Amino acid sequence: MPSPAAKSSSRPKWVAQARASATLVGYFAIPIGVLLLSPWWLLLGIVAVLAILIATTRAGRQVWSVTRIGIATIPQRLGSSSVVVVGIAGVVAVLVAMLSMAQGFAVTLKETGTDDTAIVMRAGAQTELNSVIDHDTATLVSQAPQVVHGPNGQAIASPELVVIAALPKKATGLDANVEVRGVGERAWDLRPRVKIVEGRRFKPGLRELIVGKGAREQFVGVEPGATLKLNGQIWTVVGEFDSNDSHNSELWGDTDIVGSTYRRGSSTTSVTVRLTSASAFDAFKAGLKTDPRLQVDVNTTRQYYNQQSDTLAQIIRVLGTTVGVIMAVGAVFGALNTMYAAVAVRTREIATLRAMGFRGTPVIVSVMIETLLLAFLGGSLGALVAWLVFNGYTASTLGANFSAVVFSFDVTPALLWNGLKWALTMGLLGGLLPALRAARMPVTVGLREL
Amino acid sequence: MGTLVEIRNLSKTYERGKQKVEVLHHIDLDIEEGDFVALMGPSGSGKTTLLNLIGGLDSPTDGSIAVAGERIETLGEDALAKWRASNVGFVFQFYNLLPMLSARKNVELPLLLTKLSAAERRRKASVALELVGLSDRAAHKPSELSGGQQQRVAIARAIVSDPTLLVCDEPTGDLDRQSAVDVLTLMQGLNREYGKTLVMVTHDPKAAEYAHHTLHLDKGTLVTEPEPAPA
Amino acid sequence: MKYLHLIWAALMRRKARTLFTLFSVLAAFLLFGLLDSVRSAFNTASSNVAGVDRLISVSKVSFALSLPKSLYARIQAVPGVTQVSYANWFGGIYQDQRNFFPSEAVADNFLDLYPEWELPEAQRQAFRHTRTGAVVGQSLAERFGWKIGDKIPLQATIFPQKGGSNTWTFDLVGIFRAKNPEQRGNENIFFFNWDYFDEARQFGNGNIGWYAERIADRTQTDKVAQAIDALSTESDHETKTQTEQSFTAALVSQFADIGLIVGAIMAAVFFTLILLTGNTMAQAVRERIPELAVMKTLGFTSKSVLGLLLAESVVLLAIGAAVGLVLAGGTVIGVRAKLGAAIPLSPVGGAIWLRGLALAAVIGLIVGVLPAVRGMRLRIVDALSGR
Repeated sequence: MPSPAAKSSSRPKWVAQARASATLVGYFAIPIGVLLLSPWWLLLGIVAVLAILIATTRAGRQVWSVTRIGIATIPQRLGSSSVVVVGIAGVVAVLVAMLSMAQGFAVTLKETGTDDTAIVMRAGAQTELNSVIDHDTATLVSQAPQVVHGPNGQAIASPELVVIAALPKKATGLDANVEVRGVGERAWDLRPRVKIVEGRRFKPGLRELIVGKGAREQFVGVEPGATLKLNGQIWTVVGEFDSNDSHNSELWGDTDIVGSTYRRGSSTTSVTVRLTSASAFDAFKAGLKTDPRLQVDVNTTRQYYNQQSDTLAQIIRVLGTTVGVIMAVGAVFGALNTMYAAVAVRTREIATLRAMGFRGTPVIVSVMIETLLLAFLGGSLGALVAWLVFNGYTASTLGANFSAVVFSFDVTPALLWNGLKWALTMGLLGGLLPALRAARMPVTVGLREL
Repeated sequence: MGTLVEIRNLSKTYERGKQKVEVLHHIDLDIEEGDFVALMGPSGSGKTTLLNLIGGLDSPTDGSIAVAGERIETLGEDALAKWRASNVGFVFQFYNLLPMLSARKNVELPLLLTKLSAAERRRKASVALELVGLSDRAAHKPSELSGGQQQRVAIARAIVSDPTLLVCDEPTGDLDRQSAVDVLTLMQGLNREYGKTLVMVTHDPKAAEYAHHTLHLDKGTLVTEPEPAPA
Repeated sequence: MKYLHLIWAALMRRKARTLFTLFSVLAAFLLFGLLDSVRSAFNTASSNVAGVDRLISVSKVSFALSLPKSLYARIQAVPGVTQVSYANWFGGIYQDQRNFFPSEAVADNFLDLYPEWELPEAQRQAFRHTRTGAVVGQSLAERFGWKIGDKIPLQATIFPQKGGSNTWTFDLVGIFRAKNPEQRGNENIFFFNWDYFDEARQFGNGNIGWYAERIADRTQTDKVAQAIDALSTESDHETKTQTEQSFTAALVSQFADIGLIVGAIMAAVFFTLILLTGNTMAQAVRERIPELAVMKTLGFTSKSVLGLLLAESVVLLAIGAAVGLVLAGGTVIGVRAKLGAAIPLSPVGGAIWLRGLALAAVIGLIVGVLPAVRGMRLRIVDALSGR
């Protein structure tokens, strides 16, 4: 058989190849760009418009006939088709799982703060564990005019003492760091979200603790009724609280008593206050910063907790996306092979169609539809697996205070949609070349041997 | 010259699902060394099956085949493979060259099973290619050769390990007249000048003329007695 | 090997298909190299062999509570202890919080407990005799372009100076190097003199963060650890002593079960790889059945056909894995150059290569076995006639 490329041409070969490449890029870039940038309602609209076109125009009906034949033969190619579906599902599952880990961690910390409460620490401390606030400073802070007062006239300010205790974890049996927070009397007014779900609040002046929901899940021996030894002194856990944020990883007690157990005297690590309103924060901060008696840093609690989650959440997201991209590249090449094989198997059938008068474009579109269908199935499967297995899965990591932060993986609808978009993109990338090949466009001359 | 192939009471039955189909019935046949035999018959007559059995590609259900004194019907699969490597060369209708290897590498393929060095393999392949007149095409891939050329490469491959027996299944079935003549002439030359014994299945009476004599097969039995070889 | 050419020709039969499969394998092993590098880095921290010789004593109550300096002489006297030193976590920041690296105030014999770090004797002495002296790891010095003699200011986050200022200034007198390249993550630490620290700090004077002990006999770690802790039972500064290795491992495990996460991701990756590649291999062998039949007619035994097909599969996996691992190694070098030790990464060394290639071989066999057996089992006569 003589070499097929032997035809002579009046135009230099590179021109034809350049045109072919440009067409190819166009075929790729436009659908992928549309897919990635459009919000879900726009995409739904486009799909609806395409569906109408298919139903009403002649070319559309051609597309539909070819597609139906293609889809009807999928059962014969069940092996290959399921491989594409599972391959894409794997990528989406891993991606969604990792992003939901970042999401869960970030949300837990973000929820912990509000705009109308502020936290005051020693200047330069960065985190409560590193900070020291003496008694006088704490008093001065709670006397600031922007601090709101409760019904009994007392400033809603809580001088708090954050220390670390070492307790064994349920999962490993090894000791791990858990955060013990001494809170002031006004802590309940300051954090209305905190609800006692078992037992009762601790009594001020006694060696009593309440345990956060997350801490109870992760650590041994902190359930209501248990006793612990902190620095040689016996404490009793009298209740469990749920505040739906990072405080769930903590044990709370009376600041003064925690202070005496840890030999802190009357100093604390921070003062948290409720302001008259969120807009009063700037004045509050200015007031404290310009006071010559004080050397403090002032942040809203929202700013403070956001900061803590940012780095780690960002790292997990970058890691997750990197892993996802590399997996996706692998999956796309695998899908390419599979779709090429799928098209090759149907070469005779497609040639017959074309001989009967079906033009190239309906064949391309139908192969694309088929691939996108498989990709959609794969994406949905992956998303479903991620949601079933990971949503609500609790984990704990080391937070900014060098102690456990308990969080749950959060598989949000936005994440699931993101996963689906990745799947459809992989489908587009993996299906386009085979589709063009099926229609025998010149762009695929070089890939003829596939 | 003695008898190269001795076939006694040869039968072959295939199982298709639950049915048993007897393709060859009690065949007795002698093929002399140096003979050039054509096997002809209608479709389904069993000629290809007989050829496959002579070439050791399959084992009979009943009866015996002796080639150069060795009984091959009792050999297991691996032993048959070993036997084929040194005793038989095959030529097929559709050439069956490996498409990703050059002509030279295709011809060298059977030699990979021997202990020859790379240099010796190359030399033997060159000799074979020269014999079939394709030395200048040694580096070409099958897709770059015409049908006739591909078949000649296949013949070179079949003779490169110097087997006594050449088994050919419709060797000219896919060739145009001129190429067919070239190939058949070549085969005749191998028989006359190199003493190779050839057994050829063919549909084409003109191809059968190149052979010394023709056997006819119908419904699994030989219908004419082989004529004695001309002196 | 004379069959190598045959294997190569078989892979090149459909260049694009082989190339695509290669890219799939490459991607999987690039990920493997990167993730194993992360896992190794965390492991090294907790499985440093030299860390079995050293014990760490911290406050039993809380990791963040300090211990009195007076324990020093008493720990020294415990039988089995050859050397004692102490240190404090400082937690300083250089210029920007994002530049974070660990900084510790250490006793003047602290570095002697770490023979796996190389520090020229002259610099060691300089550190002892310079009050404001500092010693850093080579990676850290390279990251910020520090040279011996530079003055380096750190902002305190926990310990202000007596006057109230948060700025501590040090003179760089030594740069240490990790002897084992896989432990280069440890070069990220900033050490300075404890005496200067204790003298200048505003509070907590006389208290140290933790003790580090060198022991004579590795088999006696438990006994010695218990003896050290016995010194402080029922006091207000109870200690907990364990090997440095278990201490670090416990800390790492609180951060995340890295092994589990990496293992889960790689399981998913290799699972999808096996599926996709296996499918392609099966397809490829299906197409080649007639050719394999021809080879059998030439005298290739069934076993050799099996062997050839398996070899093709393993070779393809091995090439893809090798390229992927090379890329991973390059990426790790690049990331470390840019980000220092922000993300813990071990260089992609011998151990990771060994694991990677072994995996490639195993996966090659798994992926190739079914198609290869099919090729092995083909009946010549049926295959030639197209059935």
